[in-house]
This record gives sequence, structure tokens and C-alpha cells, in this order.
Amino acid sequence: MTTPSITNSDEATTQRDVAQKSSTEPLIFERSKRGRRGYQLPPLDVPEQSLDELLPASLRRDEIADEVEVSEVDVIRHFTRLSKLNVSIDAGLYPLGSCTMKHNPRINEEIARTPGFALSHPLQPEHQVQGNLELLWTIEQTLKEIFGMPRVTLQPVAGAHGELTGILMVHKALAKSGNARKYILIPDSAHGTNPASAAFAGYEIRELKSNSRGTVELSTLEAAVNEDVAALMVTVPNTLGVFESEIRAMADILHAKGAYLYCDGANLNSFVGIARPGDMGIDVIHSNLHKTFSTPHGGGGPGAGPVGVSAKLVDFVPTPTVERREDGTFYLDFNHPDSIGRMRAFHGNFNVLVRALTYMRSMGPTGMRRIAQLAVLNANYIRARLRNHYHLPYDAPTLHEVVFSDKLQTAHDVHTLDIAKRLMDYGFHPPTIYFPLIVSGALMIEPTESEPREELDAFCEAMIAIARESEERPELVRSAPHTTPVRRLDEARAARQPILRWKR
Amino acid sequence: MSNLPDPTDPHSSHRYIPNAGEDIREMLEVVGIDSIDRLFDTIPDDVKLDRLLDLPGPWSEVESRRWFRGLAARNKTAADHVSFLGGGAYAHYQPAVVDQLLLRAEFLTAYTPYQPEVSQGTLQSIFEYQTHQCLLTGLDVANASLYDGSTALCEAVLMAQRLTKGKTKAVIAKSVHPQYTQTVRTYIQNLGIELVEVGWGEDGRVDLDALRAACDGAFAVAIQSPNFLGVVEDYDAIAAATEGITRIAVIAEATSLGVLAPPGPHGFDICVGEGQAWGIPTQFGGPYVGFMVVRDALKRHMPGRLVGETVDVDGRRAYVLTLATREQHIRRAKATSNICTNEALIALAANMYLSLLGKEGLREVALQCMQKTARLRNILHKIKSIELPFAGPVYNEFVVRTPFPAQEILADLEHEKILGGIPLGTFYDGHERDFLVAVTELHTREQIEHFAAALSAAISRERR
Amino acid sequence: MSSIPEDNKYAKSHEYAHAESDVATIGITDYAQAQLGDVVFVELPQVGTQLDANEELGSIESVKAVSELFAPVSGEVVEINEALNDNPALVNTDPYGDGWMIRIRMSDPTELDELMNAEEYEEYIEKEEGH
Repeated sequence: MTTPSITNSDEATTQRDVAQKSSTEPLIFERSKRGRRGYQLPPLDVPEQSLDELLPASLRRDEIADEVEVSEVDVIRHFTRLSKLNVSIDAGLYPLGSCTMKHNPRINEEIARTPGFALSHPLQPEHQVQGNLELLWTIEQTLKEIFGMPRVTLQPVAGAHGELTGILMVHKALAKSGNARKYILIPDSAHGTNPASAAFAGYEIRELKSNSRGTVELSTLEAAVNEDVAALMVTVPNTLGVFESEIRAMADILHAKGAYLYCDGANLNSFVGIARPGDMGIDVIHSNLHKTFSTPHGGGGPGAGPVGVSAKLVDFVPTPTVERREDGTFYLDFNHPDSIGRMRAFHGNFNVLVRALTYMRSMGPTGMRRIAQLAVLNANYIRARLRNHYHLPYDAPTLHEVVFSDKLQTAHDVHTLDIAKRLMDYGFHPPTIYFPLIVSGALMIEPTESEPREELDAFCEAMIAIARESEERPELVRSAPHTTPVRRLDEARAARQPILRWKR
Repeated sequence: MSNLPDPTDPHSSHRYIPNAGEDIREMLEVVGIDSIDRLFDTIPDDVKLDRLLDLPGPWSEVESRRWFRGLAARNKTAADHVSFLGGGAYAHYQPAVVDQLLLRAEFLTAYTPYQPEVSQGTLQSIFEYQTHQCLLTGLDVANASLYDGSTALCEAVLMAQRLTKGKTKAVIAKSVHPQYTQTVRTYIQNLGIELVEVGWGEDGRVDLDALRAACDGAFAVAIQSPNFLGVVEDYDAIAAATEGITRIAVIAEATSLGVLAPPGPHGFDICVGEGQAWGIPTQFGGPYVGFMVVRDALKRHMPGRLVGETVDVDGRRAYVLTLATREQHIRRAKATSNICTNEALIALAANMYLSLLGKEGLREVALQCMQKTARLRNILHKIKSIELPFAGPVYNEFVVRTPFPAQEILADLEHEKILGGIPLGTFYDGHERDFLVAVTELHTREQIEHFAAALSAAISRERR
Repeated sequence: MSSIPEDNKYAKSHEYAHAESDVATIGITDYAQAQLGDVVFVELPQVGTQLDANEELGSIESVKAVSELFAPVSGEVVEINEALNDNPALVNTDPYGDGWMIRIRMSDPTELDELMNAEEYEEYIEKEEGH
């Protein structure tokens, strides 16, 4: 590993100038020139009626003022240049903890584009879309086996959407038995979506303090659970990567009081094929298919967040469900009188589900297990290589991710943000930073199973080099990044006087 | 667990997982353990699987293609039929450029742009997308995307209630996409919000008198235009009838904004909708892209991500996620929404589509939709026993009524390789003879005329 | 070391109250603004709002955090600092001066006695720092 060639400020300036010149790309609106066009439609082949006969002028607009006029070449150049300002998992390790940036196989993309899937319409009658319904049914069967649960709804289109779906089911089940209850318990290490989803489902949040291992102490849980508590939402393994070894006992405590155990399955990739949520006493789990099952993140979506439920919650899943008849045909079943209702128009993110099922089949049962094994090995390898250079705030064994802090570097006034930015100069996307909230200055690293050892080594060497730079040349780290298309941004300015659109 | 495969066995490697064999052994040494199983010691044995999952695979690409293509072949779709299906999902021209550019790894395989220095491509594109939404709707601030049209409407209703503390009634036109309304009902079920539906008049537009009455004491009203019957609503008349409450415009056919008056200048505070019509494949309902655009004064109450312009330390223009304190990762239980992952890649596709079509193209698509729709209506109008029950102006979709059950007529059309429409009786009682027909710029004159002839023949056949 | 003027009273949630007759000027302390970092938005109540002591009066936002603001004393909001709309950075640059937030006509000025004086507040933040 060679240090990025920022050795003195002059050199840094030169490199920066070159990087900046090559990265300048105006907004598409600034490329607009009157008379350019980027499309062509077939000529209108029906007799043209006067517009006034079709639609009164008061209901029309004359033009879309300021919309662009650009050619196809302009558009291709523009977006190709924009794309070059991004880093991506295809270009290298992208160790965002909790986000699971793994390899996105291209066969998934190809299959999703099969015309029979891509051109099918969501309101076609069942007999016309038997292929789609079989696919949905099959992915539910597959997830049922992976979760060890009797029913999975495919409607939720993201993890947070799945959380809302799951908690709404808990609410409905409890309400049906007479008391919907008031509170959802959430550990202090949780993702922010957990409390937000629980609040949107109509609950108040009670936060549970983690113990010194970063997990939920049974006695803390026992003391917090009563007849007003609807559920505990817990991430397994949690956001430190630590598995809640007493998960079964946690379930028992909750169940004894009639409460439910919700599992945020964002980290399912660390135990898929090794253990099953249903066997742990978990009542509801959502899985982010764009994490464990490789569908591309696309700069922030689309995702899919199917939700598995235990027998107690089967009656409450969203409608419609997909069912198979004895004769092997498939149908949509709207007859679920206790259902929470519909979570979205149509059938969820169908074509994300297609990609995920393609991946599940590519992996098979042996590959599925290997995902967890290598994801955990890779993370522990990084942990072992870096633990003498970065502070490990929780020493408990971890699975697929490892959380360090900036404690050793703050002595030199170098902080997590600086370390993250400096990593960019070494060609790596930074880890997740300042999360989980229970670690001050957290650096949350998740390599996934996709990374070859050489890449892991290069990353570790970069991290070690930054630790050394923090001692020897802290200013270099504090002023990073030096080689990116733009450098540190004035985020306060963006928020104080927000400019949220282009204006002529 | 002896029947489980040994991960260090070179034969157990997988094409997506590089480390195998010797590397694994050496890495275990660095970690200081002798087997991968030890890494899972914190998972109690009684919850561990002692077998492999009971699933097919691992499949090669060859096997995957075979199975999935076989499934796809069992669908009857617009790939081998002429489709007149709409109802919130429309087949429009898809420029080849869009999908090719979407496959660029730098877009496809990047995460949410948390680190702006290495995500300017995604960030600038979202900023452009936000700008398109503002120009099209005539409102001030657009977010980076929501899941789809139905959930965007849910977010709009919840946002409107936050603006008016204390009120609990929302009014929604019955002619809003029924699945959108159902989704809203799911979202609000524990939040103490009452949803009142208002029906339509003879022309298919919302009944203004009933609307005025229903809005008394309400915090918001939601209207879709063109509505689920295909009829274009009169924003000004609705605004006049609903003084003093938050008005939400719902757009399920986004290309209509190329010709229809935008909701912003006509009294609406929030516009939400479904961006699928901007050249996104219908793909059995998703992924699509929900949008939300609001008046400037409401921006801090918005759900979802926002990208703003700023400068870097060298003074260069750059883009960054901003006003993030609204969001779940900071405000947690008090966030404006629980949304995190959204539909960024589809929003990028929409940005590309809107840029390619541009000022002229968006108008031309809309005008062609209207002209071709008018053509079909004119032909059908002359066929006895076909009724077009709603007289209000339409964009590219309308209701057809025959003397016979819609399902039977549509089954007849299917024999002619026509996916003829969406039975309205599925959504509204008493409309069993009605179906929705959508016409877009993709339909040819021959297809339109063939549809009319086939429909006429179907009616004759049913009559016999 | 942050500035802690002697003529203010201080709440544990880091608001100060500067009383002149029955009107108290409320803002956040220099220590609090430094902890928050660049202030980007301040949400304040409307003039005329009645507040109870310790009731939430609004919120203050930095780029990546939001904190609630609490009324140190009870009374009616008689004035708000409109300048913070355009220039929230005033809270950073001059928390006790131009960065003030609201003025409350106190309904019970004896509530001031329950707040900390400068010396007590200094000890209080030292203790907080120690954590």
C-alpha cells in the first residue's frame, strides 16, 4: 500500500486542480439550448383535433417554463460525467456498516429486464400473470424457509416500510385481544427508523439502555416489560455486530407478558443459513432485500422489505396474499378479515423481488450459509488487524461488522469525520460514522463476504496509515479529503439558506 | 454438524464470494481461531440450524435463465398483446438511453450519498430531479423521492395533519386511486385520523357541493387529477370550494403534467404522485417512484431526503443532503417520516427521461396521448350500445360502459390479443359494466381502430 | 472557557434568563451553542403564547442534531427575535446579545430563584464535561 501522494501542500493543490477540472459538470438545466432535442416520437397518425375541443384553456398550461432542451448526446455526456463523481461497490470496498454493500450480480439485472416481467401490468387479472404470481409465491416460500416462519408478506418496499408493517400487525393483534397497549421498547443502539416506525404505528417509545457488551440485559428487559408494552424492537445481531445470545430468554420474557418480539433484520446477512429467526422466538422480522439479498442500492433505493411473522400474527398480514390452488394455479387472496390492510398500491417492488429471488437461487443452501460465514470472517479479520490501531469500545465477539471509535486519535485532535474523509484519499468509501449512538465517534465497518483478502488488506493498511498520520501529521488528516472531486462541504450554509432547486 | 460443508474445502467456493481455501485458513489464523464455526459461538446451539436450508440451488446463470424465462413466458403482457391498461400504471415511450445509463455501476451500485465528496453524481442528479418536479408542478420544494404514489399520499396526509394541530378529519375524493386510499387507511389506522370520502358528479368530477360540506372542520383535502375515472378536475373550482385547509393534489399519470395546468398556481399546497409514467416499465407495480412537492413554507415539515446546493472549502459549487434534522436518523420518534431507503435509482431514471424529452417532448407526449385518446373516444361514441358515462374532459384514460359485464367483454378482447382495460367494478360497487381504457403515444391508429372494432364485435357476440 | 455572564440565571437545559423588571430575555448559553456547533435553524413560538416553566418552547437545530428548548420561567411570549430566521448563526456569534430568542413577561418572577446563578452554572457544566 502506498500512501496517496499528498506530501506537501503544493502537490496537494496541483492534484486538486486537476481533479477539479475534470469533475466540473454543469446542471442539465445549464446545458439547455433553445432548439435542441433529445427525443423523437412517431408523427401523430390520427386526425388532429383542436385543443380547445379537448380541454378548456383554463385547465391547460401553455408550456413548462424553464424545462430543458438538450440533445441525446448532451444527456449521455452529462450523466456519464456525473456517474464518474460517485464511488460504488463495483469499484471497490464500500464498508458502510449496517448498509451491507455487497456485490450486485448482473444476472439479477438481466432477469429483471425479461419482457414478460418488465412489461406486465399490476392490474392484470390473475390468469394473465400466473408467472408473476408463481414467482411471488416462490419467494415467499423461500423466505419462510430462511426465516423459519409460517408467513411472509412481500408488500413492504423498504426496511422502514417493513417495520411499519410489522408494528401495525402487532398493534392489530393486540387490539383484537382487547388492549393495543402503549409502548414499544427499543434499545439505545437501534437504527433511527425503529422509533420513527413505531411512532407512525401509534406507539410511544421507551428506550432500553445497553449493558457493557452493548446488548440488552435480561433484568433491564424484565423490569421494563409490563401489560402496557406491545413489543421490543431489537436488531439481531445489534448495530455493534454483537449477537443477542439470550434472544430466546428475551422472547420468553415478552411472551409471558403477552408482548411481541420484533427483529430488525438489517443484519440477517450475518446469520442467514446458520440460524433462523423463527427458531429464536422472534414474532416479526423484516429483511432488507437490498442488503442480505444483493439487490442494488441505486444511490438510495429501490429496496424491498418483506416481513416474516410467527403463527400468532399470520391473520394480520397485508392483503392481498398470493396463494396456490390444488391444481397448481395461483391467485390473489383478499379474504383476510383481520388484515391490517394494504401497505402500498399494487404488489410491492415486484422487480426488486425478482432480483432477490434470482440471487437466492444463485446462492442455494450452501451459498446462503457461506454468505454468513465469509461476511463474519472478513469482519473479524479487519477487527483483528485494526484493533491495535483503533480503540474497540465493546470487546464482545462480533459477527459481520466491527465498531471502532476515534478515542486514540482524539488525543491528536483527529476525529472520526477526519478519518472517514482521509480514507477517501486512499480510494475507499468511508465506513458508517457516528453510529451507533452509544459509541462516541463510532466507525462502523462492514466488509461483507464480497471482499477478497487483498482488498481487506489494502483497507486495513490504509486505516493503519491514517492512524499513523493522525500522530505524525494530524493536519493532513484534518484537512482531508484532498483528491476527491469536491472537498469538505459547507453543510451549515446548505441548511441555513437552503437552495433546493435550480432557478434561472 | 458433520453433514454441513467445510468452508475451507476449495470445492465449496462460490463465484460471488472470493475468499476460499488457503486464504480462509490464513485469515482464521490472524483472527486467532481454528474454524469458522467458532465465529458463531455467540449464537446458542439450540437456535442454530443443524442442516442446510431446504432450498434449490446453487444455480448457474444458465439454470436461472431457464427457470425465470419459463415463468415470464407464462405471463400474457404488453410484450405480445396490445395493452390499453392504465389505472395508475402506464406504458409510455422509454428512451433506450435511460436504461443503458442506469446500468452504469457508479449509479447502480452506490449507496445513499452520505459522504458528499464521493457522491456528487447522485447528489447533483437528485438536485436536478427536484428541479424538474418543481417546474412540472408549479410548487417550490421537491424531495428526493418517496416509495410510490400511494405512500406519497399517506405522507402528505400525515404532513398536513402536523401543520394543523388539533384537527383530525381529512377529506379525500372517492375518485382518488382506490388503492391509494386503501393505503392511507392502513397508515392512519392508529393515529386518530378520520378519512371522509366524497363522490363524483355526473361528469365524473368531484361533487363540489358535497366537497364543500365535507371539508368543514377538516385539516386537508386530497384530489386526484386526472382522477381514477380519467377525468380532469378543475383545480380553481376545488380551491374555491375548500377555503382555509391544506389542499393536496394527487397525480397518478405524471405525463399529464406536460399539458394540464399545474396544481401549484391553482391553489394547491402539496402535490404528490406517481412518477412511473415518466418512462418507467410497468413491471407488475414496482419499483416506481413517489414524488412530493410543496410550498416553500412547508419544507421543514416534509418527509424524505432533500438535496441542497452549497460550496466546498475551495468555494466550488457542490451538493449535499440537507435539512436532515427532519429525518429519522436524527429526530427518531419525532421524525417527519420513518422513510430511509427510497427510490433513488428510479428518480434518476425519471431525471434522465425528463431531460431527454425536455420542454418540447413532455408536451408532445401529452398532446399525442390526448389526440389518440380523443380518436378512440370519437370512434366509440358512434358505436351504439357503447356509452362513455362521464362527460368531463379527459387526458389519456376514460371509462367505457357496455350492456354486458366488463369481465366478459375483456375476456373477448383478450382472444384478439388485446388487454382491453381494467374492470371498474373491482373498485366501485355498481360499476360492473364499466372498464377503464388508457391510450398513450405508443398506440398506433391501427391499434386504436382494431380495438374499437374488436370491442364492437365483442358486444355483438355477447348479444347473441 | 465559555462565557457565563453574572447577571443571568441559568437552567439545567442550558437556557439563560436575563430579567429586567418583569420581562425575561431567553436564549441558550455560550456553552450550549459551542456544544451544538453551527446553528442552522431556530424554531420559536408565536408572540402571545403562554408558557409554563420547563415547557418546550421550540427547538434549535445544527446540521446533524436537534435540541428542544425549554422555558426557564412561566409567562407570555411578548417578543421573538425575528433576526434568527435569516441569520441563525447569531446564536453562535452572540448568544447573550443579538442571538437572544424570546422575551417572556413573567407571571411569577420568583421562579428565577429556582434557577442557577453564574457560579452554580459554571460548576454544573464542569460536572457535565467530566462525564
